Amino acid sequence: MTAVTAEHTADTTHQARFDAAVAADERIEPRDWMPDEYRSSLVRQMAQHAHSEIIGMQPEANWITRAPSLRRKAILMAKVQDEAGHGLYLYSATETLGTSREELLDKLHSGRQKYSSIFNYPTLTWADVGAIGWLVDGAAITNQVPLCRCSYGPYARAMVRICKEESFHQRQGYELLLALSQGTPAQHDMAQDAVNRWWWPSLMMFGPPDDESAHSAQSMAWKIKRHSNDELRQRFVDICVPQAEALGLTLPDPDLRWNEERGHHDFGAIDWDEFWQVLKGDGPCNEQRITQRRRAHEEGAWVREAAAAYAAKTSSDKAERDEAQVEATA
Amino acid sequence: MSAALALGDDALVLSHRLGEWAGHAPVLEEDVALANIALDLLGQARTLLSLVGDEDELAYLREERAFRNLQLVEQPNGDFAHTIARQLYFSTFQRLLFGQLAAGGGEFAGLAAKAVKEVAYHQDHAEQWTLRLGDGTEESHRRMQRACDALWRFTGEMFQPVEGLDVDWEALREGWLESVTAVLERATLTVPDTATTGAWSAGAGRQGLHTEPFGRMLAEMQHLHRSHPGASW
Repeated sequence: MTAVTAEHTADTTHQARFDAAVAADERIEPRDWMPDEYRSSLVRQMAQHAHSEIIGMQPEANWITRAPSLRRKAILMAKVQDEAGHGLYLYSATETLGTSREELLDKLHSGRQKYSSIFNYPTLTWADVGAIGWLVDGAAITNQVPLCRCSYGPYARAMVRICKEESFHQRQGYELLLALSQGTPAQHDMAQDAVNRWWWPSLMMFGPPDDESAHSAQSMAWKIKRHSNDELRQRFVDICVPQAEALGLTLPDPDLRWNEERGHHDFGAIDWDEFWQVLKGDGPCNEQRITQRRRAHEEGAWVREAAAAYAAKTSSDKAERDEAQVEATA
Repeated sequence: MSAALALGDDALVLSHRLGEWAGHAPVLEEDVALANIALDLLGQARTLLSLVGDEDELAYLREERAFRNLQLVEQPNGDFAHTIARQLYFSTFQRLLFGQLAAGGGEFAGLAAKAVKEVAYHQDHAEQWTLRLGDGTEESHRRMQRACDALWRFTGEMFQPVEGLDVDWEALREGWLESVTAVLERATLTVPDTATTGAWSAGAGRQGLHTEPFGRMLAEMQHLHRSHPGASW
């Protein structure tokens, strides 16, 4: 009984220290004590974030080989490369919580961890690359900038680096759409069609409405999250409306209008049935995305095995050489 | 034939092939590395093609017979070993070529001096993977050997003199063979003893004679640009 009580007291002290650190806006670091639920909640969110970067390469990579100018091709390749890099940062940050990249990838491949539902929509035209940059990256930034102040240090620091690159991508996407919008009538139509298809899925990126969001309240109490889903979604709509006007494109929502009283734009109802359907795995590309990811992993297995075998050989060679050297010196 | 066109097409076509790997690599680090190399090559292609004319017109509006790239760089990616063998052969060639051009003080000296830094990284990447695959597992050894054998016949073309390039081609060939032999031997691989100049492949790409997969690659690369004549992007 004494042991249990001592443990209990230690936990209470830890908890009090943790709560005080969060309240004081201090950063929690990997070696600090943290509640189990805080740890598992972070693993879930950060892994999902990492997976989204990796799966998110697919809809854009789909257009690398067809990019219509060499300048655009270079921009797109650089962007997809950045996404792989963001995935790497985020997996590393998640590993500080006591998991491994292999374990996380395994959970992605077996469907036990999710990725952002937006990447289950197809890129059907070149303009989709611009719409993803403007709207999808725009929504991601709106979500992620507050994460730069997240209570967990490694996550917050990863987000600072990632947000810088994301803003750059977002501007490039906007500029791509602007070129199309101001181009030939066919290009303008292509841009409008892409915005029509990506607008609502982008609004869904902020997650379910506040009253249906399972993790929100706890995440906000822990200062993992700083704003609610609906707050961020509203912020995003308010940012996009003038940008769409500047682009010379319309947003596909007849109910969208400025509300003087609220000082915000009112907008139409989101199709939550579609959101849940995509989230449950039944969106347009869920099957395709995960199949490609698994295939890349499975077809690459022999390469990873070769690298591991070679590393083992060369390190044992080196150990032998070191030993020989020690003997020779002795 | 313009030398800038030949070198520019090499870089353009290989960059495109590497771009096909995006999202398909065996590990995330390789998604980053292959895209990185592809971007370097695309940068070289844009500089070189711009010396000849409008980069997009040249990339998107020429037909297969007007391209001057080596047949080696247009070969399909195959498995990771094929991609690495192609990289090993080509980056070793490019490093030695740019080394000579940078030292020569001719038209391409400035460009080559910049590119040789990138190419040194590409060569290192290819060599490291050749060692890992050649001297890794039985399966990776078998695959790497098969890839080296399969692409060997396209290597002779690299040493066909290109008009306008002040290069000692024989020294280039010897240096290349020495460098590649050393890496393959360290990787426990056998240097192929078959001809490096198939009747069709010797100098053919430089004359606009390509292999079948190339036309399909161009169809994909050019279709959007060609579908909107005169549009800007």
